[in-house]
This record gives sequence, structure tokens and C-alpha cells, in this order.
Amino acid sequence: MIPQLLEEEEPVLLARWLEAQKKAGALRSGQVSEAELFEDSRRFLAALRDGAATGQLADITAQVWDQTRTVLEELSRSRAALGLTPSETATFVFSLKEPLFDLVQQKVGRDPDRLADQIWNATLLLDKLGLYTAEVFQKSREAIIARQQRELLELSTPVVRLWEGILALPLIGTLDSERTQTVMESLLEEIVNSGAEIAIIDITGVPTVDTLVAQHLIKTVAAARLMGADCIISGIRPQIAQTIVHLGLELGVISKATMADAFALALRRLGKTVVHRASTRPEC
Amino acid sequence: MAEIPVLKIGDCLLVSIQVDMHDRLAMQLQDELTNRIVADRARGVMIDISALEIVDSFIGRMLNNIAAMSRVLDAVTVVVGMRPAVAITLVELGLSLTGVRTALNVDKGLALIREAIDDPGGAFGRRKR
Repeated sequence: MIPQLLEEEEPVLLARWLEAQKKAGALRSGQVSEAELFEDSRRFLAALRDGAATGQLADITAQVWDQTRTVLEELSRSRAALGLTPSETATFVFSLKEPLFDLVQQKVGRDPDRLADQIWNATLLLDKLGLYTAEVFQKSREAIIARQQRELLELSTPVVRLWEGILALPLIGTLDSERTQTVMESLLEEIVNSGAEIAIIDITGVPTVDTLVAQHLIKTVAAARLMGADCIISGIRPQIAQTIVHLGLELGVISKATMADAFALALRRLGKTVVHRASTRPEC
Repeated sequence: MAEIPVLKIGDCLLVSIQVDMHDRLAMQLQDELTNRIVADRARGVMIDISALEIVDSFIGRMLNNIAAMSRVLDAVTVVVGMRPAVAITLVELGLSLTGVRTALNVDKGLALIREAIDDPGGAFGRRKR
């Protein structure tokens, strides 16, 4: 019954479905154009027709539904990337119910038992497809979040070469164990690559220093030392200095108030000096 | 059983650990090193562990011991070539080898030893924690 309907009434169904979707507000957010909606709907209906033609309506994980699932996956992903809500995405499938049921009713006429039977079949199928859409939507959102987290982690842990043999590591944000791991890895990697002997860890961007953060700092310093590089901690704000003393923390490493002081010390350690030239104006 | 060669460069001794260390080999190395420091009148000992992918607490302690022994014999010990992963593991184990001096590679290690021998007050005191 349903396969036959999909086969025969496809144009009517498509037109009514589009109408139903527009009524449900599919175009309201303005992120999906009418042409896109038409194309998505057409592809989905075609895939649904092919899937239903095999008669296996009960199991949408079967191979005959591959095409349908692919269409839904693409749809979910693109809508997740556009930032639409899960219900907006799932409504795409669920809004097919109204026009489909109307058609079923027209076909079956006044036979309640048969009508209920057919509508039940159709509901089961569309519910499964709708849930599948929501599931894929959720997964693609999670993938986006995971990627952003990774990017954030990398963004916030740059290792800068200040001078030959001097690295700077400006830390921004709270130091948790995971970030410490990334910071440590990128610092040590850079020490190997550049052969640096001094690393300046700047904590201007670290909002608070508690025992845990201090512990992480100490670990990073110890690891760098094992690789033959000395560390200087800079950018300690007055409040943080007070906190460190009140908590009774011992960083066990040279610390400077500003990155400039730390850099000057690093240059001195490497036996380099910065001199002030008498005339700074370039000769013409 | 494999033996770890101890090479003499000027007044330094170079040991490159290439095989997995175990108790007997470590004891043998300590024995050999202390003997050679005395026999060759070495002033510096460099231990290259760039080939080691795994350094456990045992090897960590051995490195500490060798450093302490050579200090008694008035030689400077530098551990060179530690891999980043090894450094992170050691720190996570709580072994930061505070008694041992470290350098990135053999070159820098030699420079460090030279500095320490030439200027025992300055470089030695500064690097020592």
C-alpha cells in the first residue's frame, strides 16, 4: 500500500509535503533556501520510494535503506553546521506524516481497520527515520564541538621562539591537567626542534593560581629541565604573588614580574647584551 | 650479556645506553664508571639516553646514583638526549632527577661539562638545584 502510494503519487506528495514544511516554518530561520528545501525533499522522497519498493518497512538499518540514510545523514550534517535546532531538523521527516496520511486516507476510504493498519506502518517507518535524523544530528554536533575543543587547545598553547635559544610560552586560560599535557608536549617538542636552553613561561593570561595550577607549572618546569632547558616564570600579577605566598606554594624556579624582565635575564644567561646606541636616527 | 661501552673523550667519559637496563647491567655500569673515573682521572661523565624509549623509576634512581657517585669523585655528570615522552613520564612518576644535570644533546652536554669544570663556583652553583 505505502510503496504503491509513494510510487504513484510522488509529485502530489512532494508538493503537499513542501507546503506542510513551509507551514511548519522550515524556511523561517532563513538559513535553508526554498531551492535547497525542494532538492532535499525530492531526494529524500525518491530514496524513500526506492527503499519502500522493496517492502522491508520494518528495518531501516537494512541495506535497501542505505540511500535513504545517506540522504538523511547529509541533511543532518549540513543543518547541524548551519546551527539549526534538533527539532527543526527532525521536523523535516515528521512533517511528511500529514500529507502521507491524507493520501492514505483518500486511498483506503472508509475502512477503519485497514486505515489504522496502514497509518501505523507509515508512522513506524517515519518515526524511525526521524529519530535516525536526530541521532545523526546529535553526532555531527558532537563532532563539531570536539573539533572546536581541539582547536581551542592548540590555539591557546603556542610556543614562540623569542631569540636563538630562548622560547616563550604565553599561557592563556586556566591550566587543567589536559592542557598541561598539551603545553608540556608542545614545549618539549619545540625544545628539541630549536635546541633552546631557556624557556620563559608567561602566566599573565592565567586567571588564578591555586595549588593544582602550581603543581602543573612545577611539572612543566621539571620536564623542561630534564630536556636540558631552564625555565623562567614571568607575568606574575601582584594578587597572584599574594595567593602563592598565602597558600604556601614553592615554585622552585626563577620568577619575574614581567616578560621583559625574564627576557633580559634570559639574554644575560646566554651571554648576550642589548646596547643602547648613541644615535638612533638613521643616517640619510 | 651485553656490555655498555664507556668512551673517553679528553677528560670526559661518554656512556651511551642503547639497550634495556636491568639490575645487573646497572650495577655493572656503576662499577665500571666509578673505576674509569678514577683510572682515567675524568672530570666529567656524560650519559646519553637518546636511544631509551622507556625510563622507569629504576633507571631514574640509577642515574641519580651515578651522579652522586661521580660527585664524590669530583666529576660532573650530565644526562643528555632525553626524549620528550620520557621527560613527561618521569615527571608524572614524580622523578624529576633533581640531583642530575641535563642537556639537550651531546654538544650542549659537553659545553655544560666544560663550563662546570672551568668555573666550578659559577656554572656549577648556578645549574645545581
